[in-house]
Parts: sequence; structure tokens; C-alpha cells
Amino acid sequence: MLKDITLGQYYPADSILHKLDPRVKLFGTMIYIISLFSFRGIPAFVLATIFLISIIRISKVPFSYMVKGLKSIVVLMIITGIFNLFLTQGEVLVQIWVFKITYEGIKNAVLMVVRLIYLIIGTSLMTLTTTPNQLTDGLEKALMPLEKIKLPVHEIAMMMSIALRFIPILVEETDKIMKAQMARGADFESGNIIKKAKAMIPLLVPLFVSAFRRANDLAMAMEARCYHGGHGRTKMKPLAYGVADRKAYVVLVVYFVLMLVLRFVWVRFVG
Amino acid sequence: MKEQNIIEAKGLVHEYIRRDEEGNVEAIQTALDHVNLDVRPGQFIAILGHNGSGKSTLAKHINALLAPTEGTLYVDGKDASKEENVWDVRQSAGMVFQNPDNQIIASVVEEDVGFGPENIGVPTEEIWQRVEESLKSVGMLEYRTHSPNKLSGGQKQRVAIAGVMAMKPKCIVLDEPTAMLDPLGRKEVLKAVRALNKQAGVTIILITHYMEEVVNADYVFVMDEGKVVMKGTPRSIFSQVEELQEYRLSVPQITLLAHELKKSGLPIPDGILTRDELVEALLSVGQQ
Repeated sequence: MLKDITLGQYYPADSILHKLDPRVKLFGTMIYIISLFSFRGIPAFVLATIFLISIIRISKVPFSYMVKGLKSIVVLMIITGIFNLFLTQGEVLVQIWVFKITYEGIKNAVLMVVRLIYLIIGTSLMTLTTTPNQLTDGLEKALMPLEKIKLPVHEIAMMMSIALRFIPILVEETDKIMKAQMARGADFESGNIIKKAKAMIPLLVPLFVSAFRRANDLAMAMEARCYHGGHGRTKMKPLAYGVADRKAYVVLVVYFVLMLVLRFVWVRFVG
Repeated sequence: MKEQNIIEAKGLVHEYIRRDEEGNVEAIQTALDHVNLDVRPGQFIAILGHNGSGKSTLAKHINALLAPTEGTLYVDGKDASKEENVWDVRQSAGMVFQNPDNQIIASVVEEDVGFGPENIGVPTEEIWQRVEESLKSVGMLEYRTHSPNKLSGGQKQRVAIAGVMAMKPKCIVLDEPTAMLDPLGRKEVLKAVRALNKQAGVTIILITHYMEEVVNADYVFVMDEGKVVMKGTPRSIFSQVEELQEYRLSVPQITLLAHELKKSGLPIPDGILTRDELVEALLSVGQQ
């Protein structure tokens, strides 16, 4: 049951999006999120939709995979919708007791829910087309300038990739400890939340002990293989921009400029 | 001229000092007690000993993970106790540990093998070449893009060996590499180690408590309570069954059987290591 957990939910496929440099995808996701929360008006909304649909098409990832990501935030979407619906001041359309639904409320609620949906689909497109390792590599390279202000960028990236490597191992270990405890009569399933939380203690203590032991072993193994931080280190798979990456950057910049222009025009002439 | 020893230990002592909260010495445990060890390049050395005999401590010295309290240790002509030599020593003497999971760093096989060369600053193209060569040398080339989590214990351990090989060491120290493996995995790993010794000419130091694994070694050291108590060829070591049992080592069944047969009066030679040897010895007894 615990083995089903997958992190990073990478979907292997042969598409342009999969082959792009992770830095491009990180930058693209950032641009896209900014554009989502700054756009105004129907034309900009249409443009964002076209952009999203085209990258979904390019990615070759089945749409159902993205919808899966949406399920986890249904509650959040409902709450956001309700708050916007009832708490926005403006022209009252319907009034039930103290609750009133305004025209602006409906507009805001729809807008926020759509934004959230687009946000989730957009970001999950990045994680679906990028392996966790590529992501850490991309982050490391993209954040390299911060090394100048003494931020240990390489070390953070190394920690992330080691964490990713050990998640399945620790999950398996949790499973093993759980079964061992259950064999001796431990009960993880019944009772209220407090009782369940208490039942977790005999699970977490051995797990932590073992994690520390593993960390110790791993540190020694890394040292034995001459690991001494990022200094003087070469890369087996160095990141390098290709033609497709440059084109992607151009597309992203054009998209962003268009969104900004549409926002400006809308605010100026429509209100 | 005498060939230079790749590992040369003289009067090596290591003490683990346990301190209480104020930093006062509470207990001193001598893990290595004046150990002398000479290893020539290309040899296959086995170090035997039960748990707590100091064999792992010795291994960590060869890789400069621990510094000696007393005595000297030279690895490939360099003093392993000097801080400035640490990286050179670790490069010329690679180390494989017991737990296969806790020594694989990357989540793809080939990236893990590339980790060592990356650390010592090998150029990118050469890393790829070394990764391919070392994966081939342990027979794991077809798994290069797999995740280590999906491999068996023996395969993981072979990946770990490849990771060390990619640093082109002169010598590999294997600290109980088969202790956590099933019999099949154990066989796989030993076969790979032997092939490296024979084909690539890498010096092997195999630390173990399974006596079956040392049969093919050139030279065997037996350790007990931090001291080297016996040394010699496998045959000469195995002919001293009673002494081995005294050091809490389990003698291989064949050797034990031969020993018991001899004790009860059959005229067969000492130090029988394999089943074939025993069969032959018994046949010659029958003919007489």
C-alpha cells in the first residue's frame, strides 16, 4: 500500500517538452504563474488558455494525469469559490438571509477557481515532464549565482537528490516496521485521531534511528569516494542549452509580453 | 629491486576513546593492537575475523576514514595519517561497504557510478567512458539506466564496486560486502571481485567472516581482538582447524569433514579446501 507513493509523478514520453532543459521549464512555470495572477480581461484569459492547451498537446502526457492532480485541491477550490462568492461587495443579485451573492462575487469566484485549475495543471505539467533529478540539477544551475552570497547551492541540491533517492527506501522500511509491529499486536487502524497518532510513536522512533544510521553510513561512503563538496567537481551530465531551449525562451518571452500588453490595454480602455 | 608494497602497515594501533559528558576518558577500547600488514600489488588478500575483531577498523584506516593512534600506514607510498594525503589515499584505495543501500548515492545506476569520478574532477567525456568500462567489468552495463531501488542485493553491490572502479583505484577494500546478501548474490559479487583481480590486476582486500570466501585468496590474515593472530596461504590456515575454531571462525564443512576423517585415522592430507580435493584424496586412500 505504501509502495504506491510516487514522488514527482514523472510520466515518461518522447516529446519536445521532456527534452527541454529543466531551467527553461522552471523559468516557464514561473512566468506562467505570474501571468495567471496578473491578467485582466477576456482576451488575456483566452491567450492563457491557448497557451496551456498547446503545451498540454506538445507534452504528450494524457490529460487524465493532470486531472488527477486536481482532485487533491477540490476542497481548496470549493472554499475559495464560496468565499469569493459571498464576501465580495458589489451589485447584489440574490440575497438569502445575511448571505448575498453579488455580480462581482460570481465573477471573482469563477476567476479564482479557473486560476487555481490552470495553476495546478501548469505546474503538474512541469513535474510530469521532468525527472526529479533533472529538477534538482536545474535548480542547482539556476541558483548558482546565489553562491556568491554564500548560499550553499550545491549542498542543497545534493541534499535534495539524496532525499529523493532515500524516500522509497524509507517507505519500504516503514512498511517493514509496521508489519513487524502489527505481528506483535500493534493496532494502527482503529481509534480516534489521538489514539492513531499515539500508535505512530513506536513506528517513528525506530524509523528515525534507522534513518540516522543510514545517514552515517552514507556520509562515510561518500567520503570514501572522495566527496568534498562542490569545489573542483565535474559533472557527468552537465546542463547545456540547445536550439530548442532558446526557441522555448523566445516563446515564453513573447507570451509574457503579450499578456502584459493585454493587461495594460484592458485596464486602460475597459476598466 | 624489491617491488613496492601497495599497503604497508607497521605497528598500527587504534584506540576508540569513550568520554563521559565532561569529556573525561571513560573507557579505552583498543580495536587495533600493533598490526603489521604488507600487501603487494595485484594480490588477493583476505582478512578473516569474527565480529569485533578489529577488521573493519583496519579497513577504514586503509581508506583514511580513520587515523591511527600509533604506528604508520603507507598506502601506495603515501602516509595515510597525513591530512594532505587523504584524497590521494582514498583515490588509490577504494572502499566497498556492507550495506548496499547505504552507499548508493544517485537514483540512476550510471549516475551513481559517475559520482566518484565527478568528485575527483574527471572531465565529462572521460566520466562516460569510465562509467561504461567499470559497469562492463562487473557485468552491469545493461542496467545502466535503471533505478538502484529495483535491483537485487548482489546487483546493488556490483554497482557499488563499479562506482569504486570508475575512480581507477589500485586497490579495493571490501568490508564484508556479502554479509547482507543471499547465497546467489554472494556468488555474483565474489565472481565479480575475482574477475577484477585477475583481469584488471586490481589489488583486492576482502574482509569477511565467511571462510568459504577466502579459499581463492593468495594470502589470508586472521584477526582476533585487534591482533593479527594467523597468516599464511588459505591451505596452511585451513589445516589448523582447532586454532581457527578457537578464534570463533566456522571452518568450511568440507575442510571440517576432512579434518574429522583424518583425526579418526584416514591418511588424507591437511587443509582440504574443496569437495573435489576431498573426493580425490578419498579415492587415493581407497586405492592403497
